[in-house]
Amino acid sequence: MRILVCIKRVPAPGARMVLTEDEQAIDTKLLSFAISPHEECAVEEAVKIAETHDGRVTVLTLGPPEAEEQLRSALAVGAHEAVLIPTDGSDWDPMSTASAITSAVESLESHGPFDLILFGNESADSGGYQVGIRVARALGRPVVSGIKGIDVEGDGVRLRRETAVGSEIYSIPLPAVIGVKEGINLPRYPTLKGRLNAKKVEVQRIEEERVESGQRMVRLVTPPQDVSATTILDDATAVVDLLEELQVVKS
Amino acid sequence: MILTLVTHDRGIIEETAFQALTFARSLSEDLGVPHHAAWIGDFEVDDRLADFGVSTIHQIGHDGLDDYSAAAWGSAVAQLTDSISPTAVVAVGSDGGNEVMSNVGALTGLPMVANVREVTTGDSWTIVRTRWGGSLLEETSLDAPIKLLTVTEHAVEAAPAETGATVETVAFSPDLSEGDLVTQVVDRVVTSGGITLTTAPVVVSGGRGVGSPDGFAPLEELAGLLGGVVGCSRVVTNNGWRPHSDQVGQTGTVVAPDVYIACGISGAIQHWVGMMASKTIIAINTDAEAPMVTKADYAVVGDLGEVVPAIVEELKSRQSTR
Ligand SMILES: Cc1cc2nc3c(=O)[nH]c(=O)nc-3n(C[C@H](O)[C@H](O)[C@H](O)COP(=O)(O)OP(=O)(O)OC[C@H]3O[C@@H](n4cnc5c(N)ncnc54)[C@H](O)[C@@H]3O)c2cc1C
Ligand SMILES: Nc1ncnc2c1ncn2[C@@H]1O[C@H](COP(=O)(O)O)[C@@H](O)[C@H]1O
Repeated sequence: MRILVCIKRVPAPGARMVLTEDEQAIDTKLLSFAISPHEECAVEEAVKIAETHDGRVTVLTLGPPEAEEQLRSALAVGAHEAVLIPTDGSDWDPMSTASAITSAVESLESHGPFDLILFGNESADSGGYQVGIRVARALGRPVVSGIKGIDVEGDGVRLRRETAVGSEIYSIPLPAVIGVKEGINLPRYPTLKGRLNAKKVEVQRIEEERVESGQRMVRLVTPPQDVSATTILDDATAVVDLLEELQVVKS
Repeated sequence: MILTLVTHDRGIIEETAFQALTFARSLSEDLGVPHHAAWIGDFEVDDRLADFGVSTIHQIGHDGLDDYSAAAWGSAVAQLTDSISPTAVVAVGSDGGNEVMSNVGALTGLPMVANVREVTTGDSWTIVRTRWGGSLLEETSLDAPIKLLTVTEHAVEAAPAETGATVETVAFSPDLSEGDLVTQVVDRVVTSGGITLTTAPVVVSGGRGVGSPDGFAPLEELAGLLGGVVGCSRVVTNNGWRPHSDQVGQTGTVVAPDVYIACGISGAIQHWVGMMASKTIIAINTDAEAPMVTKADYAVVGDLGEVVPAIVEELKSRQSTR
């Protein structure tokens, strides 16, 4: 079983979004970086499937050279190989991202297709909800998004997706593409041994051209903030008075 | 014309799809072009579409469209788009809307702008869209022969208007491949009855400050007394204290209850976007400077381990003296 997971490096902002002066990015001087949460779970799921199905996991990212940090985080929790499609760090729109990933996958598949390609349901920062679907369509493979359960069954996978009242089940043949949601599992923490192993892996680089799509980010804008004052309540009595006033106490 | 894809679950329209219809109607009025709707499957078309200025409904029929498949829906809409060349195709930015429109984008080779809040038309369109689950906005320019977009849920209010116009229904039969139909729903499991995070009038939510899985017992009790449910932050789910289905925020559930009580939650922006639409927000936190405290409507600065049980006791004693 060969599995590919596509991950994106994103900043981990705290309570406020502060932009750079040119409004092209979040100011990351004081921030650390992470893998988007849905994708962190996709990596964990791939590693788990690989453990029970004698598999190998490759992680791939399109991003600045610093994104090697996120590839190594994935290697430290059990991925085996890593691929970087280097950029100058600017924001790539979903179509150009998908086209570069598709082309990289084609060159990685010279010895046969990945059985599974996992994506996050949506990237944490830009949230276009589409890179995985575009890659799947370009490769001519089935794709389902929003998945919170994967069971490998013979030549296919059984997938579970949550709805407002329960879940929907899909059953699709391999090779397939899946968009994963946080909650599908609880990602493990890296071990010291995992971290040391991760350092030894050589990250493969694949250069791709950025295609023009007609969509281009002009600038980022912080939404207006609600700055109403907070009323301080002194004790439990004051809280219960308020709850009664708001008419939410069951009689 | 502007074409709205009306997303529905076996004939029942998704409530937020009316917001997309409202958005598309004003777009069609701005441009002075007709508003058409695409309706997928052999289900009875909802009369309410006429209230959104829709003059023509394209009813897309095929044997394989009696249950949902994003790929099949996407192929069908892509073929309709090729055949009628709308100015723009609009759907709601729900899981389903985004997924189908992404398929349309992939098949037509057109860009698809997800979660749009505002559009300024012109030679190229200037679009304001949601990033980071709503904590940041992006201005983007879109230059494409046919514009594909989804509308951020709850960014506009659904506004039906009586038009009295007659709606014409025309049939459209797409060619769907084997590949389009393999991703169809094969089974459904109904698990929940009763109130859930999204429907509860009160959410009592706990963060790292709760300290342990057992620490949630008083929060459960408080939620019970208020007819609500318990929610939590991502730190809590990451620690394995609560299931992910309880998580509120960007990568969890978005809630908008009458009252949201945040206990020991700092108020990181990814949590905040998941509950900022709550009518009243009450924070309980030891840190008076925590963003949750400064942004809340009301706050108790104190140890939740003392404050929450005290609220529970006070509620119970008032109940027993009533
Ligand atoms: C892409 C992305 C997506 C994310 N999505 C989500 C999401 O969906 N939901 C989410 O919640 N987070 C999300 N996060 C994580 C988020 O950034 C924060 O890390 C998280 O919300 C913090 O959880 P917390 O408030 O429980 O913990 P902390 O930030 O550690 O805050 C704990 C708070 O408890 C208070 N406290 C401590 N002890 C007590 C006590 N005894 N009594 C009262 N108060 C006490 C402290 O003063 C502090 O304010 C996301 C992050 C990223 C990068
Ligand atoms: N720059 C990138 N590098 C690798 N994978 C990406 C990148 N951007 C998006 N993806 C993948 O595509 C998914 C959907 O992204 P999006 O369409 O931006 O919401 C993400 O969850 C990732 O798995």
